Amino acid sequence: MRLSVLLCTALAAALIGAGAAHAQANLEIDTPAIAALRSSMQSRHAQLAPFYASGAVGLTREGFVALRDAAAVPLAQRQQVNALVAAENQDRAALYREIARANGHPEWENDIRATFARRWIERAQPGWYYQNAGGAWVRK
Amino acid sequence: MNSRRLMLRAAGLAGAAALAGCVTINIYFPAAAAEKAADRIIDEVWQLKDGGAPVNVKPAPEERK
Repeated sequence: MRLSVLLCTALAAALIGAGAAHAQANLEIDTPAIAALRSSMQSRHAQLAPFYASGAVGLTREGFVALRDAAAVPLAQRQQVNALVAAENQDRAALYREIARANGHPEWENDIRATFARRWIERAQPGWYYQNAGGAWVRK
Repeated sequence: MNSRRLMLRAAGLAGAAALAGCVTINIYFPAAAAEKAADRIIDEVWQLKDGGAPVNVKPAPEERK
């Protein structure tokens, strides 16, 4: 009995080691699907950036973007900004899903989205708007 | 004698619980790795990589009169 307790302890220690090593590994983000989304989002950013700067578009607490002030967009550009926001959100949703899937854990999608939501906001430029934890828009 | 057996059983159960806990640890969300991955992608999408001025702070070119 004592031996089995000892064995259990040794096995548990080994598993803890494996768990720690696993946690430190990088996530896979270099699949073709993810690369396509990254480049699509990068080229869209040039068009979205002026709308972040004017406050027309903000970063949501859910890891997406949203039109927060339509009045800040000239009438002629409203349709364009709506399309940009919709396309960006489609890419972002696919990105979070693909990263979870590429790493063999589709159930991580929400955690990945939450991680991105935090990082997008933390790395946003001064003047851009984001949603705080309560959902209110805040200017950075 | 009875209490000794009970103690051994408790130890066994604790071991089993520890094992179950470790298996759970293995599928825990790797928060630090996810943050690193997110930053790499954000660098690329927002083009913040070079450490220089991000391309998107450039003011729109002014219209000439």
